[in-house]
Amino acid sequence: MARVGIIGIGHGEFGRRSDATVQELAFEAYREAIQDAQIDPKDIDGSVIGSVPEYHKQRSLPGVVQEYLGLNPVPTWLTEVACASGSAAIRTAWMGIQSGAHRLMAVIGCQKMTELSTPEILALMGRVGEVQWESVFGTTFPAYYALFAKSHMHQYGTTREQLLQVAVKNHFYGARNPNALFQKEITIEKALESDPVSDPFQVYDCCANADGAACVILASEDIAKKSSKPAVWLDGMGCATASMSVLRRPSLTGLPSAEDASRIAYEMAGIGPKDIKVAEVHDCFTIAEIMAYEDLGFCERGAGGRFIEEKQSYAEGQTPVNIDGGLKAKGHPIGATGVSMTVEIVKQLRGEAGQRQVKNADTGLTHNVGGIGQYCFVHVLRRD
Amino acid sequence: MFKWFGKVNFSPYTKVTDFANHLKDGRLMGSRCRQCGAESFPPRADCSQCLSGDFEFKEFSGQATLVTYTTIHAAPTGFEDVAPYTIGVVDLKETGRLLAWFGETIPDDEIKIGMPLQVVPRIFEELEEIKVYYSLEKPGTTWSVSKSS
Repeated sequence: MARVGIIGIGHGEFGRRSDATVQELAFEAYREAIQDAQIDPKDIDGSVIGSVPEYHKQRSLPGVVQEYLGLNPVPTWLTEVACASGSAAIRTAWMGIQSGAHRLMAVIGCQKMTELSTPEILALMGRVGEVQWESVFGTTFPAYYALFAKSHMHQYGTTREQLLQVAVKNHFYGARNPNALFQKEITIEKALESDPVSDPFQVYDCCANADGAACVILASEDIAKKSSKPAVWLDGMGCATASMSVLRRPSLTGLPSAEDASRIAYEMAGIGPKDIKVAEVHDCFTIAEIMAYEDLGFCERGAGGRFIEEKQSYAEGQTPVNIDGGLKAKGHPIGATGVSMTVEIVKQLRGEAGQRQVKNADTGLTHNVGGIGQYCFVHVLRRD
Repeated sequence: MFKWFGKVNFSPYTKVTDFANHLKDGRLMGSRCRQCGAESFPPRADCSQCLSGDFEFKEFSGQATLVTYTTIHAAPTGFEDVAPYTIGVVDLKETGRLLAWFGETIPDDEIKIGMPLQVVPRIFEELEEIKVYYSLEKPGTTWSVSKSS
């Protein structure tokens, strides 16, 4: 199989962006990616937009983004799988290039969320659960992950402190990321004072809704080999699904789609979890990162709490995770997140991560979850 | 009339619409495939095992075991007035699972994963329109008793 390489990356500022439309956010990331790749935009033969349309007043987002980026008349389309929409866009562009239909594609993850109120977002996100039998009881997105957290704590003895140690780590690194929404460190004591959201979660267990965009330029192997900076290769592309309803999941201590997607990705790349030098995982809630350690095989099932307690996911640990602050500190503009994760891994593999740089990072991984694991994309990235 | 099901109902039209009528009359119904016999809760009209669309309702006992739970403080649109509220996911004795609010027979500090529970049909008596749901109660709690309490 021919390889597909990432030759350009761009990342806008995440946060409450009352200063910009969604297409203006997309432009920030796109311009940076084009400049990074040092290519003529006229050579781009298509784009894929990762976004969740329900948050925008503008209907059919790809049209307005494509026009604003100046990419007409080449084709564009949208991918939507909730919070994994960005990684679905990357996979779709990878498929387009693998098929020979395209040679050079822009992938843009973009989202404006903060034009809606928090209860509106809670209602909208809660309906990524099954609306016929679950949403009627006022379920919310934090509540779903809280059900997993309670189950994990009961079965494996994972503690409240271990959950919050994830937030402490991600804020530690967010403080070193100029694109992050929260660029300040926190303590467990401070987190324990925050308002309750859904037991055991308090505000500091939850990532924040945000606006933002990120962009990557994908190229066929022949183009990528001649790129201005060494290409980062998409060598392992795993994705999988699990039941929409939490009621149809036999276990509530992990995400089966993440296990399946990572197995496929590792196999395609011909590596194992211990070969990953730096990872971006979907820490929408503190328990989500702990389950990710286990689902991705960084540690044994049930050992995720100890993994963070022993700082194995810090930059100096066994498998550095979310060294850009993760969703927790960066903010989570849902359509942009998968692309943002990819941008960070490319930076790490190029050695461009500055004070966040992980040593000897030659193989990286992104783990992007849609909903409560209804969808999961795991990508293994490598430099030569 | 499936629109009766839930404080806020998002899916009024379904092939299992009679579920809500049964619930209003105090019966918790799962489904059974008439072709292969596969049973399901939540009920479903179309069998995922044999693909048949021929199903019947089957009354479930409501006997259940708690799998996990959480108390929701930050409520979504339409539920702000009842927050905080505690939801639980239970394994049903027959098959399948359901998610529901805990009722008044179980104080929050008595909730423990693995505890036995009874799923009890309910009507929102404070609302003018018909609204039905089910709650998680102490084993032995019956519909008629809880309704008058």
